[in-house]
Amino acid sequence: MASLGFACLLLALAVCVYGIGASIYGVRSGRVEFSESGRRAVYALAAILTVAFAVLEIAFLRNDFGFNTVADTSSRTTPGFYRAAAVWSSQEGSLLLWAWLLSMWSSLALFLTRRRMRDVAAYATAVLLGFGGFFVALMVFYANPFATTRPAPAEGAGLDPLLRFPTMMIHPPMLYSGYTLCTIPFAFGIGALLARRVDAEWIKAIRRFAFAAWLFLGVGILLGARWSYSELGWGGYWGWDAVENASLMPWLTGTAFLHSLMIQEKRGMLKVWNVSLVLATGTLAVMGTFLVRSGVLNSIHAFGGATLGVPFVVLIGVLIAGSIYLVVSRRDMLRSEHRLDSLLSREAMFIANNLVLVGLCFVIFWGTYFPLISEALTGQEASVGPPWFDRYTVPLALVLVLLSGIGPVIAWRRATLANARRNFLMPVCTALIALVVLLVAGIGDKPLALAMFCCAAFVFGSVAQEFVRGTRVRRAIAGESPPRALLSLVRRNRRRYGGYIVHVGMAVLFIGVAASSSFQHASELSLSPGQSTRVGAYTVRYVRPTASLTPAYDRAHTGSTLALGAEVDVSRHGRHVATLQPSEGYYASQDPSQGSVGSLIGGQPVSHVSMDAGVTRDVWSAIAPNIEAPVLQRIIKAGNADLTGEDTLVALGYLARAYLKSPPPAQFHFIVSPLVMWIWVGGLIVFGGGLIAVWPAPSTVRRRVGARAGARRDRALARA
Amino acid sequence: MTPARKRTVRLVVALSAAVVLATALIYTSFSAASPALSPSQLVRQAQPGRSYQVTGTVAPGSVHRAGEVLNFSVEDRAGGTKIPLSYTGTVPDPFQEGREVIVTVQRQGSAFVGERNSLITKCPSKYKTAPAGENQNS
Repeated sequence: MASLGFACLLLALAVCVYGIGASIYGVRSGRVEFSESGRRAVYALAAILTVAFAVLEIAFLRNDFGFNTVADTSSRTTPGFYRAAAVWSSQEGSLLLWAWLLSMWSSLALFLTRRRMRDVAAYATAVLLGFGGFFVALMVFYANPFATTRPAPAEGAGLDPLLRFPTMMIHPPMLYSGYTLCTIPFAFGIGALLARRVDAEWIKAIRRFAFAAWLFLGVGILLGARWSYSELGWGGYWGWDAVENASLMPWLTGTAFLHSLMIQEKRGMLKVWNVSLVLATGTLAVMGTFLVRSGVLNSIHAFGGATLGVPFVVLIGVLIAGSIYLVVSRRDMLRSEHRLDSLLSREAMFIANNLVLVGLCFVIFWGTYFPLISEALTGQEASVGPPWFDRYTVPLALVLVLLSGIGPVIAWRRATLANARRNFLMPVCTALIALVVLLVAGIGDKPLALAMFCCAAFVFGSVAQEFVRGTRVRRAIAGESPPRALLSLVRRNRRRYGGYIVHVGMAVLFIGVAASSSFQHASELSLSPGQSTRVGAYTVRYVRPTASLTPAYDRAHTGSTLALGAEVDVSRHGRHVATLQPSEGYYASQDPSQGSVGSLIGGQPVSHVSMDAGVTRDVWSAIAPNIEAPVLQRIIKAGNADLTGEDTLVALGYLARAYLKSPPPAQFHFIVSPLVMWIWVGGLIVFGGGLIAVWPAPSTVRRRVGARAGARRDRALARA
Repeated sequence: MTPARKRTVRLVVALSAAVVLATALIYTSFSAASPALSPSQLVRQAQPGRSYQVTGTVAPGSVHRAGEVLNFSVEDRAGGTKIPLSYTGTVPDPFQEGREVIVTVQRQGSAFVGERNSLITKCPSKYKTAPAGENQNS
């Protein structure tokens, strides 16, 4: 099996090299059959990598520990669901996932553009195969997912318990889909520059992929935030970690591009800017991948012992130098067809939004890579923390939300006083009402949060106004009922109204972020059963200890051997609100020096967070029981000395009973965060709006179906 | 003002604003940054009242909890110099003896105090133990 997998990789590499040569020769010599052959090489790459991926996935599901990656990241005790997801938990497996997703998305993009812009598509094919070849070469020469050891070990190390979280199944594929989709606009951008066809057509061809990249990356980021909040035991969803930042940067430039491309489509402006954004997004996506794999920056998400720095630095160098050369050498073709008429126009707002987004990206880039920059300039590695990031990103985020409310209602070309009054009255009134209500409610002491809430209210006002006006117009034209008019309004202008829904979702998300970061109450302390503490308006009481032997009672089915925790009562003004059951899960290790019983619980312990999530607030809890307490250590020592094999489980039973009988004080972490749920709700709204915007418009579908039906009819007539 | 002149003025204003902002960004990043040091460098260089980021491994047998305070020592990756530090705040799940950690500290006499919630465990993320002797720089 392993040799089949490795043969696939070798074949994939050969296909990439052939495809690049065929595409470039085809487009240079004008021999279409070679360009076509290059495109088919991408389909072949997708097929070959599908087989390779299937081989690895089967090895994981069959516990084939002869594969080094399987032995390192899976085990028989790892539950089946997580074994399937463990494929991408190793450096090698995740490279394969990257290359496989790249080949699939590239095939789709090239299939959909097979009849358009043959010259641009041929160069794009070469670029995409270049990326594919790079990743396949990494696997062939540096990190082979099909490396084996004979004889095969009897048991593997198991999937890191921190990764045993349901979204592990979808978060990495989503994020990687986002990253790989970013390379498609990049490839077409390079193609358009090389073929000297920088009109709006290439933009139209890749628009949908840019949107899909944005959507997948966004969902991936949000799922990562959710994992961090629910699994990592620190109660935060964003920590300005290098790897988080790396995924956010291409998302920001992608967002900027999705706005500025409209200006190029409508007015033929911003061509240099658009192509630069596309190239930057693609490069940042590759840099994000590099960051995780090179080990150059400290991050809790990066791969251990990573050694792929040099090849990535070379690739990134080539991407940056090539992009700059192409943009500079084609600058004459990229001149704007129009000039900006007024600073008070929708175009100007789009440009402002682009500047803010790129500014945000620059801030994050500088902060993320600061350790490298500082070492290069001063010889001393130094890093900046979350307060530094917050100082710049919070005001920029405020401006961004405000602009997302202004954009939809301001006039194209030039806003006049009359139309400004007409368009802004309702949004401004909504923001003012929100301001008054919030001041009365007494949150004036947090000016940044207050400003964010008002900006969000402004967005709601402006988007609601657009929907109401549009619906009214449709009713007048078609005489439809209000719900029907609203539906057909959205259906006929999916991009526009989908985009507005995205704006609302982002505003909701930022309300959640502002509220939960400004009005959070947290408490970390040691409690014994019966003791209580206050967290904000809530009283939490440690009622009794809990202990469960697993896997029989492992509610989350993560495969832990023992869980120690607590039952915590949450009340407000004397009334019971919720019962929480945080616990810490212990996992088996493969370290024999910990003893027969010690190794059953000697692996990575993981917090099982328990929370009462609500519309207005989350009460979040985590516990770190003191497993080092003498009463427990005595049992472990005695068990290590006397017990072997299955009998060791008896010691775990004693351990659990001892913990229940005389629980040592445990360390608790409680957080009361208002409106956290709205971050996830906002994310869902963004996702929904994004789907609406990216879905093909009914007219296009009809046209395609119509064309197909027409062709069938013609064929039937010809036969008759 | 002619349109061309107006555009030039606009460009100059925009570029000046960008330069000012970028300078502020760069200046504050250098002034707000904490130097990253190993324990042995820290012992030699640390001045009281200044924050440093120390990177090293948790010394075996050094972890003790006293109420809310977690006491442990951080040693150089290659072993050798150890610095004792007391820390309060969130302790990440992967924190264990022998694991690599990063924590922001300030010197107080001969001991070091960790900044609240600044402890990061360098996860053997995705999560694979580096071969013995290899710098596990994840």
